[in-house]
Amino acid sequence: MSVDLPIYLDNAATTRTDPRVVEAMLPYFTEIYGNPGSRNHGFGWVAEDGIDTARQQVADLIGADRKEIIFTSGSTESNNLAIKGAASMYAKGPAGSTGRGHIITALHEHKATLDPCKRLQKEGFDVTYLEPGRDGLITAEMVKGAMREDTILVTIMWANNELGTINEIPEIGKLCKEHGAIFHTDATQWVGKMPTNVNTDNIDLLSLSGHKMYGPKGVGALYVRRRRPRVRLTAIQEGGGQERGFRSGTLNVSGIVGLGKACELCAAEMDSEQERLLKLRQKIEQRITSELDTVQVNGHADKRLPHLTNISFGFVEGESMMMAIKEIAVSSGSACTSASLEPSYVLKALGVGDDLAHSSLRISMGRYTTEAEVDYAIDKIIESVKKLRELSPLYDMHNEGIDITKIEWQAH
Amino acid sequence: MAYTDKVIDHYENPRNVGTFGTQKEIKERSDVGVGLVGAPECGDVMQLQIKVDDAGKIEDAKFKCFGCGSAIASSSLATEWLKGKSLDEGLEIKNTQIVEELSLPPVKIHCSVLAEDAIRAAIKDYKTKNGIESEAAHAH
Repeated sequence: MSVDLPIYLDNAATTRTDPRVVEAMLPYFTEIYGNPGSRNHGFGWVAEDGIDTARQQVADLIGADRKEIIFTSGSTESNNLAIKGAASMYAKGPAGSTGRGHIITALHEHKATLDPCKRLQKEGFDVTYLEPGRDGLITAEMVKGAMREDTILVTIMWANNELGTINEIPEIGKLCKEHGAIFHTDATQWVGKMPTNVNTDNIDLLSLSGHKMYGPKGVGALYVRRRRPRVRLTAIQEGGGQERGFRSGTLNVSGIVGLGKACELCAAEMDSEQERLLKLRQKIEQRITSELDTVQVNGHADKRLPHLTNISFGFVEGESMMMAIKEIAVSSGSACTSASLEPSYVLKALGVGDDLAHSSLRISMGRYTTEAEVDYAIDKIIESVKKLRELSPLYDMHNEGIDITKIEWQAH
Repeated sequence: MAYTDKVIDHYENPRNVGTFGTQKEIKERSDVGVGLVGAPECGDVMQLQIKVDDAGKIEDAKFKCFGCGSAIASSSLATEWLKGKSLDEGLEIKNTQIVEELSLPPVKIHCSVLAEDAIRAAIKDYKTKNGIESEAAHAH
């Protein structure tokens, strides 16, 4: 079967907006353009109706009440609001003091979690960065081991963006409840793809993003629990008091309507998509690991998102790999393209060797990925690795039985 | 990143890929000099081998490279330039000439430096094996 090039396999970075979502959004630019904050005329009321519907659609996808949904500009903002907002609200001491409270997160979280945590460290909070095991998982046991009397907040992502590994979220949530700590999860890669229920999964705060689930960019939400416990946050963005004062600013009506529609579509198609994509992922991993030697599928064997795989190829350098498969859009585990020669900090946290971390591909499929595209990509990747290994002095040494870690390299 | 046509050409059709034997065989051959530079953790390893005839001319050169497209192109180009040169002429190849020929962007200049290092290391290795007085170790 023929395929159109280039092939998009970077759905963990962003997704194509579903045309049904775009269709739902369009009236909100030129026809229903009122400000939902305008309570005294019809233009505002119909815009507010659109927001209400969207709020319900988002809430339904995660088993929440619609009053618990705060619209934001995306997961980065949601994470900032959740982490800084909760830390500030539940601080044990005033600004400027030390020992203001303890926060638990993990080394391989997204930068949108790590950087707010680093900021809080400077502001007098203690932060523990949990080290994942080689499978990339953060377990409830690890969180338990780090829990302290003064732990006020735990923030652990649901599924890792580079690896797809699924952390023990319901169990961590339960533990936090027992300790009276607020539990936030960055569910950007999870929500819309996997079943979510904030009540049975024991979540207090949850970040989600529109563009990772076929909605528009620039819109997301933060779930904020209202009962048992009622979670309070200090607002970061202040002003008109929209979103119950949690997030001031005129609502992004068309974006929010699109997010709502995207959530509705994800809910309807979740089961069949999960099954379809898992089969494709298994095909990728099965063929690559059987047709090439010295490759490694990173992350946990089973506890992984169905649509995402991260594979390291020994003795091949990442950027040349990207060049070889240039008509296939994937994410390189190596950050070489950005001039910094650092391999992925996520893979490093797992203890993946530098040589392997230098050539890792994250392949993430989505709603529009076809089996023919996957087949083409697998063929191309295998062919490219073989070609680059022909060129690789390290692969020769490996085949001659030389341990390249024992050579005294002159780092430059 | 936009590569120039020359880099893409060397990357897609690398010249003189290969070795003159296994690592063990190469060590024992006095007519071959090897330069192995870079480090896996930096994402660049270049192996350059020169085969020198009785008259002291580089009659053949081969490379293997673990690295980005620019590193592959730089080492491929180095083998082309080395062929037919004397050892002294080989030492005159400068990284700036490689940068110019391939129009490497500033972030890729280290690839050309690595290629120059590989040339120097291969020539030095040949000289050492054959008891030829080498120039004083150069600092860089």
